Amino acid sequence: MGRRVAIVGVGQTYHKSHRPDVTSREMIREAVTAALADAELTIRDIDAIVIGNMDHFESINYVDTYSVEGSGGVMKPIMKVSTGGTTGATVAIAAYYHVASGLFDRVLAIGFEKNSESDTTGAIITCSDAIWDRFSYSGAIPSLATEATAYMEKYGATQEDAAIIGERDRNNALNNPFAHLRRPLTVADIMASPMLAYPIKLGDICPRSDGACACVLAADGVAQKIARKPAWFKAAAVRHTYTWFGDSTDYNKGLVSMQRASKDAYQQAGITKPAEEIDVAELYLPYTWAGLKWIEDIGFCGPGEGVRFVRDGNTHMGGKIPVNPSGGVISTNCIGATAMLRVAEAAIQVMGRGGKRQVPDVKNALATGFGGCFWSDVVILSTERP
Amino acid sequence: MAHQVESERLVSVFAYPMPYEWSIGLYGSKFFQEIKQNRRFVGIRCNGCGKVYVPPRRVCGPCFQELAELVALSDTGVITAFSVVNYPFIDPNTGARRPIPYTYGYIKLDGADNIFSHIINETDLSKIKVGMKVRAIFKDTAEMQGNIQDIKYFDIVA
Ligand SMILES: [Zn+2]
Repeated sequence: MGRRVAIVGVGQTYHKSHRPDVTSREMIREAVTAALADAELTIRDIDAIVIGNMDHFESINYVDTYSVEGSGGVMKPIMKVSTGGTTGATVAIAAYYHVASGLFDRVLAIGFEKNSESDTTGAIITCSDAIWDRFSYSGAIPSLATEATAYMEKYGATQEDAAIIGERDRNNALNNPFAHLRRPLTVADIMASPMLAYPIKLGDICPRSDGACACVLAADGVAQKIARKPAWFKAAAVRHTYTWFGDSTDYNKGLVSMQRASKDAYQQAGITKPAEEIDVAELYLPYTWAGLKWIEDIGFCGPGEGVRFVRDGNTHMGGKIPVNPSGGVISTNCIGATAMLRVAEAAIQVMGRGGKRQVPDVKNALATGFGGCFWSDVVILSTERP
Repeated sequence: MAHQVESERLVSVFAYPMPYEWSIGLYGSKFFQEIKQNRRFVGIRCNGCGKVYVPPRRVCGPCFQELAELVALSDTGVITAFSVVNYPFIDPNTGARRPIPYTYGYIKLDGADNIFSHIINETDLSKIKVGMKVRAIFKDTAEMQGNIQDIKYFDIVA
């Protein structure tokens, strides 16, 4: 059993499709400065740093050293962690491991991406197997689309059902001053948007954003002195499978990595009825169907019940378990930071600092990361020191 | 390196090809040789869990043990999922735009337990459905190069 750990400060940049005004390092510094200010600390208080973004994206290797001017990591213990779409969550979990180990008291976790400086689709194609998959694979959209076709076939879900998720998240983004896309989008708008890869239309999929996010993590005894209401880690689970699609997908079983990671997380947190005991969720939903299907894999409802659960309003603001008060990935997607934004937004909810996007009386918040060929991370944060 | 002026701020551009060479491995090589010689697929069975993998590889991930029992398969399978790709993008394999639309498919080859991804020769959404049977269409033997494109695509047969 490691030490207890809490998030005591979060920072994020504003998000846009293009930030030509700054380099990546300068953008990282904006998020780090905001997180340190939130925790009322200086960089001298930080003992170690974990940072990550997407491999191959901006063609910048060794981002731990590349970014030191932005991260504040000059001559500090700093490591890069890069796990595809899950990167931001894995970075946060690695920072958690750092503090839980007892070796470091205050650790900074950073995720970032300048999608505008990358050929996103080309870079994502290079995540697939060079010999077997790369020839037919065409980036994130069609692999997600295959999951949607299998789900529609199995449970009869419709494109309109999925569009409700896009409408919900884009509507929530209006309450988040940091969100990239802050215009409402209706089911009708999504249905009328161009078909990119059947059944995914432009309105069903996340944007490409520039942005960065940072979290300050602190150990038990230190955390209480920094934050009035620390967001305590109750659970952190990582389940990563293959980059070979043929092995990572089994549509009869569902998103197995998410099922396994959430089961592990609930065990760590002592949660037996997720939909009753979790008050808010920030889920890495890169496309609308995920908002129907993956809540089944996370156990908010049973297999095939996602459409009913969402249509009954359970996941909307004011519902039983609001999903993505921030507007989620469909509103903001700076990929290496995207999964960390889920963790940071969950922390914001636990700390009660959500402003217009705050869900009342949050005790437990769940965050997920999703990566490439269907792998998953799950984090549970709480007002309650475990 | 070229430079473009964007108001007062400069942008640095890189636009050169970066070639690589990847080993296909012993069983992966056998997969392509089987296509060339017998115009069918070959998989490999794990003695630990009984799963048949295609393409064949040396290790079963969950069991973490060596595999050795090659299994001859046919050239047919079933669509488990698909998508019709309809947006333009630069293919990092070639540096050129990949022709669209095309149908990306996940196929459960008959006799295998995992899924094989390739192209399905049907972009009309009214003519393709999950569960349909497909057959591999191979290149002429003389044109085969021992890579994934020795399979031209899969045709829907029912
Ligand atoms: Zn096995």
